[in-house]
Amino acid sequence: MASVSGSTAHAFRANTRAAIASPELQAGLARLQQGLTAERRMRGVVKLPEFERLRDAARDIKNHTLAHLDHYLAAYERAVVAGGGHVHWCETAADARQTILAICRRLGAATVTKGKTMIAEEIDLNEFLAAEGIEPIETDLGEYIVQLAGERPSHIIAPAVHKSKDQVSDLFFHHHQKYGKTRRLTEPPEMIDEVRGILRDRFLDADVGITGANFLVAETGSSLIVTNEGNGDLTQTLPKAHIVLATLEKLVPTLEDVATLLRVLARSGTGQEFSAYTTVSTGPRREGDADGPGEYHVVLLDNGRSRMLAGEFREMLRCIRCGACMNQCPVFAHVGGHAYGWVYVGPMGAVLTPHLIGLEEAHHLPSASTFCGACESVCPVKIPLPALMRHLREAAFEARLPPAAERSALGLWRFAATRPGLWRLLGAAGARLLARMGGAQARLRRLPLAGGWTSGRDLPAPEGETFHTLWRQRGRR
Amino acid sequence: MTSARERILGQVRESLGRREGDGSAERAAARIAARAPNLVPARAQVPAAEQVELFLRLAAEVQVSHERVASPADVPVALARYLASHNLPTRVRRAPDPALDALPWASQPLLEVQAGKAEPDDAVSVTGAFAAIAETGTLMLLSGRDSPTTLNFLPETHVVVLRRSQVIGTLEDAWTKLRAHGEMPRTVNFITGPSRTGDIAQTLYVGAHGPRSLHVILIED
Repeated sequence: MASVSGSTAHAFRANTRAAIASPELQAGLARLQQGLTAERRMRGVVKLPEFERLRDAARDIKNHTLAHLDHYLAAYERAVVAGGGHVHWCETAADARQTILAICRRLGAATVTKGKTMIAEEIDLNEFLAAEGIEPIETDLGEYIVQLAGERPSHIIAPAVHKSKDQVSDLFFHHHQKYGKTRRLTEPPEMIDEVRGILRDRFLDADVGITGANFLVAETGSSLIVTNEGNGDLTQTLPKAHIVLATLEKLVPTLEDVATLLRVLARSGTGQEFSAYTTVSTGPRREGDADGPGEYHVVLLDNGRSRMLAGEFREMLRCIRCGACMNQCPVFAHVGGHAYGWVYVGPMGAVLTPHLIGLEEAHHLPSASTFCGACESVCPVKIPLPALMRHLREAAFEARLPPAAERSALGLWRFAATRPGLWRLLGAAGARLLARMGGAQARLRRLPLAGGWTSGRDLPAPEGETFHTLWRQRGRR
Repeated sequence: MTSARERILGQVRESLGRREGDGSAERAAARIAARAPNLVPARAQVPAAEQVELFLRLAAEVQVSHERVASPADVPVALARYLASHNLPTRVRRAPDPALDALPWASQPLLEVQAGKAEPDDAVSVTGAFAAIAETGTLMLLSGRDSPTTLNFLPETHVVVLRRSQVIGTLEDAWTKLRAHGEMPRTVNFITGPSRTGDIAQTLYVGAHGPRSLHVILIED
């Protein structure tokens, strides 16, 4: 089990209250709703008439790959080695950190540039490297902002979505003084220019560049990254060594399979036809090349994935990290990513996180859902996220993780719901009681024992007979 | 003492319920060997002339500008005109590509053209391309002796000299052409527009870490 250092997933309820009370966060989430989400995805989707069938194809590719993962991992490793690269198999986060450290030490690295990688967040790489005296430099603008703020990303493809323009301006003003940048900038183009200039020098100085991978290709031993800024490419091209940090489920069989997945990846997340930069990397600099890294290392991390393959949660390993599920989730839209308390957020985080840091720590997350099904309906690889969340809720109940009152209430509900006669009796009595409480307006201002439901709205009181009664009266029609 | 590799693969096999001789190894090997396309969208499966127009239209949608010229000999003058009209420096770093070597650079005495990889203060780069993909308006460049990768990312302006015959339809066509070319290069860059970011307040700005401008000079060969 991974370390749960830095997780506040256990405090989900308190996190959500803080999130809802934060005006900056709420403004950011509103911008996300206007900018990134349903409409933009839809604009991308309608341009491709085959999109729904491509989702099926994408799901099938990942299912096939996971069902044959042992063979594809072995084929991938052979191809990487044939291309002059190295594969480092790592079972745990600690193994991956030590492997990366050893490479950095051997090369005498003082600074490491990083492309955007959620796996580095998963293994707390920045903190670790900094403690070892190696400076990690995030180069994706959103990740850079979050790093300056000392926070985690709050969205897997829009890490700084919770930050307002003014907050970013403050951060740059404060942190760029040491580079002699003493003027407060307020317009995004000049803010971006300043970061470009600062990071350009860091790119050129870095000894090691670390990127994640969107896909690893068994056929060719290649890793792929998909970005819009070009930071990942500078990260991996300029230093002495390029380290790819990726988990087992990134495998795909062939370049043809990559083509299909690329067609649904950006379109689902940002609505783009294609991201600005899609880069296929295979091994180190070749003889005669004028540039490129001298070494190519793949840190191939398990961290719980091989066990997830065994059961129904194998479906979660299809995830290609597009961000569509959190863009569409009504819960995420109100509480943002930090409320989830760890690395992965939104519906995909609610399913994945309990497997990585334990259900005891993260059992609230599968409950952070209205089960509206929006996430599943937009998932490019058709992961049944609500069903998987429901199964995690059941597991949490079995493990006696929810509070006693909640478990007792559910126990009582089950007692009644599995006894039809009792259920009808209670239903009819309850409906009559609530109708009387509703009075002439037929509305309840406050519901006893469940005040949360009526704290922001009235509950319409039941009127007339129960469904069972009507069903019987109308002759079962 | 088993290695991490053995333990991970062992756990994968156990989780999958793998049995020797279940045919799975053959299925995986066959899929890699077949390299079979999955569903390929119809959009770019059109005649070559339409592919060129589709490429230019989709590239324009992601802020790629272009100019058409009749022959390779017209490229230097088109480049000089583009740089002048955008108030860009006339010092240019170009890829050490034989096709670019052959162009009549001397016809434009104001251009200062040097071949090689990009240096930190280079403002303008000129490269060829391996292909252009109509389906997404994407340029495809391979790293190698003739085409340093840094030219695609360090300068603020990237000019790509493309021949009409290099425009292909789909991503699958790109893989086919790549395999026919030879072994996988260190880097394959698919470039769809200039560098961009939406990370400040969810508003899109062009020009993040890579080029701010991407311009195609299309030779109508």
